[in-house]
Amino acid sequence: MSELLEIVKNKLQDKFGDAVLASEMHYDFPVFILKKELVKEALKFLKEDAELNFHFLTTMCGLHHPENPAESEFGLMYQLHNMPKNWRIRIKTFMSRENLDMLTVTDVWKTAGWMERQEFDFFGFNFVGHPNLKRILNMDEMNYFPMRKEYPLEDMQRDDKNDKMFGR
Amino acid sequence: MNATSSTYDEKQYSTLNLGPTHPATHGIFQNILTMDGEMIVDSVSTVGYIHRAFEKLAEHRPYNQITPITDRLNYCSSPINNMGWHMTVEKLIGAEIPKRAQYMRVIIMELSRIADHIVCDTVIAVDTGAMTGFLHLFQYREWIYEIFEEICGARLTTNIGRIGGMERDFSPKAWEKLDHFLKNFPTGLREFQKLVDRNRIFMDRTINVGGITVDMALDYGFTGPNLRAAGVDYDVRVANPYSSYEDFEFDIPVGTNGDTYDRYMVRMEEMWQSLRIIEQAVKNIPDGAYHADLPEFYLPEKQDVYNKMEALIYHFKIVMGETAVPKGEVYHSVEGGNGELGFYLVSDGGRQPFRLHFRRPCFIYYQAYPDMIRGGMLSDAILTMSSMNVIAGELDA
Repeated sequence: MSELLEIVKNKLQDKFGDAVLASEMHYDFPVFILKKELVKEALKFLKEDAELNFHFLTTMCGLHHPENPAESEFGLMYQLHNMPKNWRIRIKTFMSRENLDMLTVTDVWKTAGWMERQEFDFFGFNFVGHPNLKRILNMDEMNYFPMRKEYPLEDMQRDDKNDKMFGR
Repeated sequence: MNATSSTYDEKQYSTLNLGPTHPATHGIFQNILTMDGEMIVDSVSTVGYIHRAFEKLAEHRPYNQITPITDRLNYCSSPINNMGWHMTVEKLIGAEIPKRAQYMRVIIMELSRIADHIVCDTVIAVDTGAMTGFLHLFQYREWIYEIFEEICGARLTTNIGRIGGMERDFSPKAWEKLDHFLKNFPTGLREFQKLVDRNRIFMDRTINVGGITVDMALDYGFTGPNLRAAGVDYDVRVANPYSSYEDFEFDIPVGTNGDTYDRYMVRMEEMWQSLRIIEQAVKNIPDGAYHADLPEFYLPEKQDVYNKMEALIYHFKIVMGETAVPKGEVYHSVEGGNGELGFYLVSDGGRQPFRLHFRRPCFIYYQAYPDMIRGGMLSDAILTMSSMNVIAGELDA
């Protein structure tokens, strides 16, 4: 699998230069960290390049790392798959809380439609150009993004579960 | 797409609210349909009615307490979800699982695949009006649940297996029940197929209904039987074998049209292939331990807890969820009942996952539903939904 890391890394570096911030193996997955501005272009390139042919978007999800420096607090992960060669890679990108705009990939993969809506719903990423960016699993009236680390598990409005006496 | 407005071009359209609780949709699905008489012009799906915040919940629980959450994803085949989760954690901590445990897992996973496909295929038949076969084949699903009950004590939400292997070896009674099932199920399945497969009414209702092309299916992220029905031979068990699937010989059935009939037939054939795998596993199961030697994750024998200090310490640490895990991010996927079920786990070394994302096949392919039913009849839309095997628990997580 580490040959795949080299192949994709070379291709990406040829095309995007220093936009590839890091590349390493995480278990059996080559992972590439890209500059946010070029992610969409890179994903499109990875899909359309004849040799790489990452034609399938397996999944994507948001990440929130409050311990990171402010400019890389939030992250997005895309997982691509080339079924004929059975190549799988992960693309990651990081951004700051102030600027959660991200170009949509719904025009590259239709399946990104609900995936992006889900990550908007839970983290508040603003997918620019998404045809129908609204909450999908949570109720429309919700006024916060529940998967962010600062929101506790329990409903913040509840006061009947005070655990002062019993710790934990 | 605005389904509430009643005038597109010159015509008058009517709006029909199908769901959220409708006896024909087998779960909580809402679709707002724009109808031209009996024809569907457009539809908007609303999901999230049974959203239970599993991803958030998982960030607050130790690893072994996340297994019961995975039960409630695709509850027609909970054991596959459980195993998928165990294997994800095992991959993270780098555990080697003994062959016997792997074979036991394969038997359980294939049994639950059969149970899952029985539900889907019989329900397709029910939606075309064939109730008999449904009642007939559910007998065998019941037998599968009895085997699960014998192995782990639960039936539907199984919480089966542990991180590091199985909680106990199969009892003689479990083997007996498995034998009984393997002997009798082929007869039952063949009977059902005789009843339905070539039935004129069934074929008229399903062929060329709710079809999807290969390109569209890949674009929409289809996996599992639905993708194979469209003609792509992608199966996680073969592409990225886990739990010793490379030891078994089995075929991947594929369809050609991607319509309801193909989806039905692919699932039918997969049941036969699952039987083949189970028979091979039962025949070749090696002796040995049924769990790995992982004192930090696998509960010690109760007797040892009372007599040995180490066992007592590990028991306490595991029950309190205080075991540390390595840092890292890992993705593991298994072939679930209806597609590639993936677990993306980010660990920061703490007692709970830092982030856990479920790749839920239902959620991803259900968004193609409006495209698949457009231009069809209302009654076909019902059939298309049941043939996609959309499970509300997995859809809404």
